[in-house]
Amino acid sequence: MIKKILIANRGEIALRIIRTCKEMGIKTVAVFSTADKDSLHVRFADEAICIGPPPSSESYLNIPQIMAAVEITNADAVHPGFGFHAENDDFAELCHDYGVKFIGPTADMIRKMGDKITAKETMIKAGVPVVPGSKGLIKNIKQGKTIAKDIGYPIILKATAGGGGKGMRIVTEESEFENQWNMARQEAKAAFGNDGMYIEKFIEEPRHVEIQIAGDQYGNVVHLSERDCTIQRRHQKLVEEATSPAVDAALRKKMGIAAVKAGASIKYEGLGTVEFLLDKHGDFYFMEMNTRIQVEHPVTEELLNLDLVKEQILIAAGEKITGGDYYPQDNVHVMECRINAEDPGHEFRPSPGVITSFHSPKGHGIRVDTHAYAGYMIPPYYDSMIAKLITRAATREECITKMLRALDEFIVEGVKTTIPFHKKLLQDEVFRSGVYNTGFLDDYDLSDLREE
Amino acid sequence: MNFNEIMQLVKYLNKSELTEFKLRDGDFELQVRTRHFVKSKIVATPAAIPSAAAAPTITEPAPVAAAPTPAAPAPKEQETNNYIEIKSPMVGTFYRSPAPDKPPYVKVGDQVNQGDTVCIIEAMKLFNEIEAEVTGKIVKVLVEDASPVEYDQVLFLVDPS
Repeated sequence: MIKKILIANRGEIALRIIRTCKEMGIKTVAVFSTADKDSLHVRFADEAICIGPPPSSESYLNIPQIMAAVEITNADAVHPGFGFHAENDDFAELCHDYGVKFIGPTADMIRKMGDKITAKETMIKAGVPVVPGSKGLIKNIKQGKTIAKDIGYPIILKATAGGGGKGMRIVTEESEFENQWNMARQEAKAAFGNDGMYIEKFIEEPRHVEIQIAGDQYGNVVHLSERDCTIQRRHQKLVEEATSPAVDAALRKKMGIAAVKAGASIKYEGLGTVEFLLDKHGDFYFMEMNTRIQVEHPVTEELLNLDLVKEQILIAAGEKITGGDYYPQDNVHVMECRINAEDPGHEFRPSPGVITSFHSPKGHGIRVDTHAYAGYMIPPYYDSMIAKLITRAATREECITKMLRALDEFIVEGVKTTIPFHKKLLQDEVFRSGVYNTGFLDDYDLSDLREE
Repeated sequence: MNFNEIMQLVKYLNKSELTEFKLRDGDFELQVRTRHFVKSKIVATPAAIPSAAAAPTITEPAPVAAAPTPAAPAPKEQETNNYIEIKSPMVGTFYRSPAPDKPPYVKVGDQVNQGDTVCIIEAMKLFNEIEAEVTGKIVKVLVEDASPVEYDQVLFLVDPS
């Protein structure tokens, strides 16, 4: 069994990992930059090593310093958390070569899922549904129409050299094809000097639904049901929940099977997440796979009463997965709000500084994962997440009610937070209906949150 | 504020009696410490500065209110304030000598010049010679030979005077 884990991370997730280690009787080593010397993860760990100045590149991303810290503390495993080097195949390989266990997949598994094209090909081979598309560039309008018909409208024409939304045109039916084709190519030629086009199915009103999976070192892979992360702003998740309002038992099983296929295709080891786009017809398509623990892992933990960090450590220590897939019980719903030190009334701009007063909500069905405290100085060098507020109740409505009560109780002074945004969102009729897609927050009006 | 405005402000501050000035306006932040700030941190050097020109600045109000000019401040106190710390730039194992059978690079009392190697910090079998960035006399060695050290850990105290 693993005896000492060095946590190559900071903030809330580092604290999270330390807590489980304590319960498992495993010693912990925290690494920190000089900006984090008063951080809770530093105080809670058994040992703490300062590894550099504030900038991430010189501290949390500084592999030689991290490995040196492993060396002087004799840690036998490294937990990378999420972000930083959690999905850096070189770092995983280095740990392996050095003889310290990287808590997660192998470098090879990370590589396979890290490259979008390779990942997509692997999924196709494994029989996991992917966004249908042309195999390469379209030669002419006739061929384009044939392929589009095959895939099924609506489709999206995309410029191969494209970016920033240029050279993209949605085509909803065949009669529009020629016109959109010409316009897209003209735009692409003007913007990139290359009018090569390919076709992908246009996923209408997608929801982001991901499946948590776990694989051991012996080839066993199981899934732990879904999390719905459709509430996003500029591709950043703000609210996550389980079960998904758009997923029934039958769909859950189908998606679960697909996710297990995805993991099994690379003999995945550790905890990972397979992300899908779910369209309004109930069809889902592989988007990408994250080969690490995710920020929103508490949603699954509360749904299924599991400690996912513990599972990561057990898998890394060579334990076998003995059970089957994990499905939620009836009458359980979980929701998580990410509380960031940002000003929602001003484009969510970061609001670092000293938290002068801090009171987190408590009570039945409330969980708060945070590294913040009264007097804590939020450094400007890292991400702005200061807490995750998770509620658990029998129904989605009760979850929302509980979350609103908890948000009301959550006092954070000295910095701006996204608490007002969450309060507003959770009272929104559309949100409460459960019927929305990833575009929901695109034009969301937050002007009433602006304090002058 | 544009560059000219900032330069004007700095000029004005230097002429004034202010030691420190902070301005914050939305995303813009400006912090200026004048030469009076440096002087205010030293408990009492007036006795050591014979020139009359320096005298007026010392009598200016400073955060360190204390006796305007104690004639002879306890030398020890003054010296502690002046020691320079040589800190570790990396994580690793601290060695005082280039090899186990060789004498240490520096001992207490030795004179060290900027650029001199003062110790080795080893990590993953790579030996890094750590150079002094200051000149002075080694007053204290704070880490035992073959001990682990972290970033910014104080290794030596140097008296620069």
